[in-house]
Amino acid sequence: MITFMNNSDSEEEPCNERTSLMSAESPPVPSYQDGLQASQAGEVQAHRKRRTGSSRSPNNIADGDMSDSGVPVRESTLENEEEELTLKYGAKHVIMLFVPVTLCMIVVVATIKSVRFYTEKNGQLIYTPFSEDTPSVGQRLLNSVLNTIIMISVIVVMTVFLVLLYKYRCYKFIHGWLILSSLMLLFLFTYIYLGEVLKTYNVAMDYPTLFLIIWNFGAVGMICIHWKGPLQLQQAYLIMISALMALVFIKYLPEWSAWVILGAISIYDLMAVLCPKGPLRMLVETAQERNEPIFPALIYSSAMMWTVGMAKPDTAAGGPSQQTWDAAEDGRENNRSPSHADSQMLETRSPAPTRPITSFEELEEEERGVKLGLGDFIFYSVLVGKAAATASGDWNTTLACFVAILIGLCLTLLLLAVFKKALPALPISITFGLVFYFSTDNLVRPFMDTLASHQLYI
Amino acid sequence: PALGLFLFTIARDPLRIIILIAGAFFWLVSLLLSSLIWFIAVKASNPLDEPLQKGLLIFGVMFSVLLQEAFRFLYYKLLRKAIEGLVALSEDGCSPISIQQMAYVAGVGFGLMSGAFSMINLLADTLGPGTVGIHGDSQLYFLTSAFMTMVLIFLHTFWGILFFHGCEHQHWWEITAVIVMHLAVSGLTFCNPLYMGSLVPSYLLMATAATWAYLLSGGSAQNLQRFLLCKS
Repeated sequence: MITFMNNSDSEEEPCNERTSLMSAESPPVPSYQDGLQASQAGEVQAHRKRRTGSSRSPNNIADGDMSDSGVPVRESTLENEEEELTLKYGAKHVIMLFVPVTLCMIVVVATIKSVRFYTEKNGQLIYTPFSEDTPSVGQRLLNSVLNTIIMISVIVVMTVFLVLLYKYRCYKFIHGWLILSSLMLLFLFTYIYLGEVLKTYNVAMDYPTLFLIIWNFGAVGMICIHWKGPLQLQQAYLIMISALMALVFIKYLPEWSAWVILGAISIYDLMAVLCPKGPLRMLVETAQERNEPIFPALIYSSAMMWTVGMAKPDTAAGGPSQQTWDAAEDGRENNRSPSHADSQMLETRSPAPTRPITSFEELEEEERGVKLGLGDFIFYSVLVGKAAATASGDWNTTLACFVAILIGLCLTLLLLAVFKKALPALPISITFGLVFYFSTDNLVRPFMDTLASHQLYI
Repeated sequence: PALGLFLFTIARDPLRIIILIAGAFFWLVSLLLSSLIWFIAVKASNPLDEPLQKGLLIFGVMFSVLLQEAFRFLYYKLLRKAIEGLVALSEDGCSPISIQQMAYVAGVGFGLMSGAFSMINLLADTLGPGTVGIHGDSQLYFLTSAFMTMVLIFLHTFWGILFFHGCEHQHWWEITAVIVMHLAVSGLTFCNPLYMGSLVPSYLLMATAATWAYLLSGGSAQNLQRFLLCKS
């Protein structure tokens, strides 16, 4: 299943930035998976979250509104043959998405387990004004529901705002927003994160060294995400950004609110992408109509895309490099360099059978990577991180949630291959994750504990 | 060792990874259902009655074993359908992955998940301070747990192969043998902490299952010899 991303929508930004629009790259409509995510920034400015879609999306840190937009994945519908090949390479693409999601989750869980800062409750985001320290259960529930409503409405507003901006071609504004947001994310949050990690391990570091490190990290990150850079480096940066955002969320969202928000986000994602009037869907369609490239900062892509006007054959090592040529007449911008895609992650692409590299505007589907919005990354990691932080069954629950999310991702990609249009990446995985979390925590844990204490094995 | 298996044989092919994760998922679901049953049973009974609790635990274990096998069967059905789909999609008319490979991967998936669930909290505790067996329990707790987990993972792998083979060729006796073996191994763990009783027979059973699976997969003594002596 190849999910293309033509439009990546919405990133979540804690601030008012909304980064979800991505223009379609090439005529074939890639399918995006839009995961709209709204992330709220804490006291800091809004971060942009990336939705799960495959495209790079810079995280912008806005003033506290985060809207994650999942990027709907669209698959170009070419001939059947290509479709079959698409499906055939589907497994590879699934793995290409598995690995980054797994990495992100591992980073988040490792941090949660070791650094105590992220599990202390030091206040809440302004988007969740109701505290959960109330004595009665009903009150707490009510507060969490209210928090959720506020957060979701913030996300909706941000997404609609972004769609409007995109519709009226205020590209500069969007770009500026994205850049600001990713700047904030890369520098401020990394600083906080590094500080906490150093504190935990009792490592001394002087300010000049710290400044140098963070400056280098941030500058390279900005370049990688917004401009060009090696694919793996870019992916690594995106993963780190998603992990940072997820950590912020885990820290600043009160417990019950977090779960209710996760549930509500997946419902919203479902609606925003599939309903004809949904903002994300409009975003994707608009972008596709205009055949514009997607904003680089919102989506994680497993294949490289160079926004270049030239068509150079990419015959890099490994698999066949198939590129999409920018047709002069269309002014399409995105080129994929399959060779980069080949050199990434797990496998090199198996050589595509006798596919001539033409200079037509056809995109080879299998050369396109799958795209997942960064917001999806963030929410998956939030779920697993929360499970690691708050579950009393510890690792079992975390593991169960992890497997559940991966299976949900598999299923979503399968549906993507079947339906060939933009799909929300959040609902299925989050549902599975939530179900497994609650059931493992309450049902499986006593069972396993008793078994372990008697050293019985099933 | 299980991790080594994973790295060397499965990590190369994405399809296998998916099957592995799906296998783990199925095991997880079976565990969920069985613990649900057990939980209900415990809640419905008297929590202070010790022998009853133990009996319920035993019942839960057996039931879980049966459920695991049932889920293995369901997974087999699913994989059959998937193979047909893959054959239809592939270019040269034959599936990129054979049912035996799938059996192997599914077994590893089950095994990994069950091993992980059994061991991981234990491992996390080993990082912390403490003395093993301070209350008069055996001091070999961790060691035996590790060995037991390993044998169980391997057993799941072999059972996967045997089970799928039995389903393929309609050898019902193979399937029942697998189920009986699983029950036997679980039952043996009831002898803990009398480790002699549980570990040794488990390893014997594993050796039996290993040879059986090996023979089923088309190996023979000659192959083994050639492999060991590094003949070309």
